[in-house]
Amino acid sequence: MPELQPLPAHLIGGNFLLTETDPGRVFTPEDLTAEQRLMAQTAEKFMEKEVLPHLEALEHQEGDWSRRLFRQAGGLGLLGMGVPADYDGLELDRATIVGVEEQLTRLGGFGVTCGAHSGIGSQPLQYFGTEAQKKKYLAKLASGQWMGAYALSEAGSGSDALGLRTKAELSADGKHYILNGTKMWISNAAWADLFTVFARVDGQQVTAFLVERTFPGVSTGKEEHKLGIKSSSTRRVILEDAKVPVENLLGGVGKGAYIAFNILNSGRFKLGAGAMGAAKEALRGATQYALERHQFGRPLAGFGLIQQKLAEMAVRIFAGESAVYRTAAMMDAVFATGETLAATEPPFPRGLEEFALECSIIKVACSEILDDVADESLQIHGGYGYTEEFSAARTVRDSRINRIFEGTNEINRLFIPGLLLRRAQRGRLPLIGAITKVTQDLLSPAPLEDQSGEDLLSAARGLLGNAKKLTLFIAGVAHQKFGDKMIEEQEVGAALSDLIIDVYLGESAWLRTAKARSTRRETSVLADLTLQFINDAVGRMEGHARRALAALSQGDELRAQLGMVRRLLRWTPLNTVARGRSIARRLCERGSYPALLAAP
Amino acid sequence: MKILVPLKRVPDPDTKIRLKPDGTGVETDGVKFSVNPFDAIALEEALRLEEKLGEMDIVVVSIGGEASIEQLRVGLAMGAQRALLIKTGAALDSLAVAKILAAVYQREQPDFVLMGKQAIDDDANQTGQMLAALLGIGQATFVSRLELVEQRTRARCARETDAGLESITVKLPAIITADLRLNEPRYVSLPGIMKAKKKPLEELELEALGVAAVARTTVLHYEAPPSRQAGVRVPTVEALVDKLKNEAKVI
Repeated sequence: MPELQPLPAHLIGGNFLLTETDPGRVFTPEDLTAEQRLMAQTAEKFMEKEVLPHLEALEHQEGDWSRRLFRQAGGLGLLGMGVPADYDGLELDRATIVGVEEQLTRLGGFGVTCGAHSGIGSQPLQYFGTEAQKKKYLAKLASGQWMGAYALSEAGSGSDALGLRTKAELSADGKHYILNGTKMWISNAAWADLFTVFARVDGQQVTAFLVERTFPGVSTGKEEHKLGIKSSSTRRVILEDAKVPVENLLGGVGKGAYIAFNILNSGRFKLGAGAMGAAKEALRGATQYALERHQFGRPLAGFGLIQQKLAEMAVRIFAGESAVYRTAAMMDAVFATGETLAATEPPFPRGLEEFALECSIIKVACSEILDDVADESLQIHGGYGYTEEFSAARTVRDSRINRIFEGTNEINRLFIPGLLLRRAQRGRLPLIGAITKVTQDLLSPAPLEDQSGEDLLSAARGLLGNAKKLTLFIAGVAHQKFGDKMIEEQEVGAALSDLIIDVYLGESAWLRTAKARSTRRETSVLADLTLQFINDAVGRMEGHARRALAALSQGDELRAQLGMVRRLLRWTPLNTVARGRSIARRLCERGSYPALLAAP
Repeated sequence: MKILVPLKRVPDPDTKIRLKPDGTGVETDGVKFSVNPFDAIALEEALRLEEKLGEMDIVVVSIGGEASIEQLRVGLAMGAQRALLIKTGAALDSLAVAKILAAVYQREQPDFVLMGKQAIDDDANQTGQMLAALLGIGQATFVSRLELVEQRTRARCARETDAGLESITVKLPAIITADLRLNEPRYVSLPGIMKAKKKPLEELELEALGVAAVARTTVLHYEAPPSRQAGVRVPTVEALVDKLKNEAKVI
């Protein structure tokens, strides 16, 4: 395998934890060009004028609205945005695509149909397919003429994806693989024309296949009765002696795991990005309702506790969105190097793999932000929220799946420290040196830099730096105690993940504000949102750190470590009541989240 | 054939309009801007004529600052072949705009001009009519149906009037202004946006056109409409009539 080229510090996956990033190097939503915004507007109008009027029919899967609207979306170029121009795609970068897809995911199920198609449904072929395979199928998928689906899970293997049992055996004449097994919870199953199916060749090697719906032996089960995303189709895919031509084998025999996991990296990123679109829509609905609904002679928006909820939603969406756009551009930059990893045949782009950790962060953080935003939006709607009169109830049902599919949030929380360790062991991330240095620094009596007296944003950056040190220190303590068995200590691993998630989101918000400060005259709202997020994160981080350390140490050692936690996370609480009210007031004046951020 | 379609940059119809505290104008920071919806209808009609009759030269033109390039790009993305920006920072009224468009008309020599009946920001509904008068050519305003007839030398138009639909035929070249029901503009497709990047967009200083843009009207003050007062419930029809007569003074 050829040596990988060294990447600049800010483009090394996981390296944000070990270094500080220059704000000039991050991409932020404020950097979107007029053209990129125009593309998002097309999607916004399409959703409003075409999808919204048919929402009821879509929710009940009446008629063929899903297919019709899907094709129409394809005609506007919304389904092949990331596909190379050679295969009738638009070859857009992720930073552009994110803005468009945020609009497509505003209305639950239809967004899942489109996302499952252009993400996990088309990307295995796009990134792992041969020229011949791509020629045959990719343009059809990019135009929306065909719909794609991804079939990995089985009844007995959900989180344990590689526990799959579907078998593939070469036919006697060597021309076909014969597939037998049943795939579970397959998005788009009712309508998909092409499935990426994972099966074990000779009962052993996990391998991916491109399976056309019309191949003999391929059928789907009945529609699952789901809690939400009812507009989307979810069924079993049944393979009974399904005949798949050998030329439809994807990436090489036994290479299925590379495909499955790397496609899920990208899928997790897309899921998180889409969740931000849905969250903004939920916040818009909550804001509108709070302005219109009067109680005790005032609009709900006039009450402190409602303002607090609205502000909290905006604060968390801001941080999630900042992390999404930052990561999108980082992935774009590594894709742009054109470097490939030769693990599969043909080799696949390095960009798909480099930020697996960041993709997991985004999946977990954004799906949980969406769930909380949806829940609080329903709460603001009160009794009406519990009925179907407003969209709040549907949003709660629709959002819930995001914490489950494409790797549960629990699985992803375990991936995060696991990936850090693995990258360190493979020499892709100088983690061990960083842990050693931090541990020495922290145990030496030298005083920490004093953050008092500086302006709040500088203090916030100092705090984020200390939170990174704390995270590395705890990782070091855990590794010292458990060694490679650390992975079994799931609770400690998840606490580390939660620290890392808050660090990444907080830092992304901070970098975004710092970047805007250098180009815009007025950034007080961005600063307010950033400070509020970091302020709230301090309490959460302290809890995670204490929980982890209490499980790792005891007695005097523990007491000394907890003293260090206090020292590192020293932070004078901000007046979040006043700041929250001011954020909510502005949100209500402007009516929506994006307008909240615009200059005054 | 060549069709000239003027596009005006206006606040998006869905955006919430806020006034500057001193009443000198509308707050533009943080406001989303769009192509004037009636102008988009005019462009859509030009594109449909092209689809029906074969290749045409559709030129979109906007007057204003660099920001209007955004709207011209939308026009190109929808399908226009070429865009022209007449650059000026001056405050313009309908007549000033009509004079500038007249100069653009002389420069471009189109077969006709297809434009919105009015812009949704000032709702003046004057520019099309003034332009026709300045050029001494015919006009068909408030058009809800358009057809080219007699070897494309005339346009047969249905005009929406208070009395109903009026059918007229106007000799080309002419100024045709689009009403709401003429068509439903297409979406700006993503491939369209990509193609627009490669289409020519010419920027021209107003002075280079040889017209002076002098507004003859001045806006003194902007004021938001009063917010709606709470309603009252009246016990009887008599009380209602009394209130309408004596309080509201509308009957």
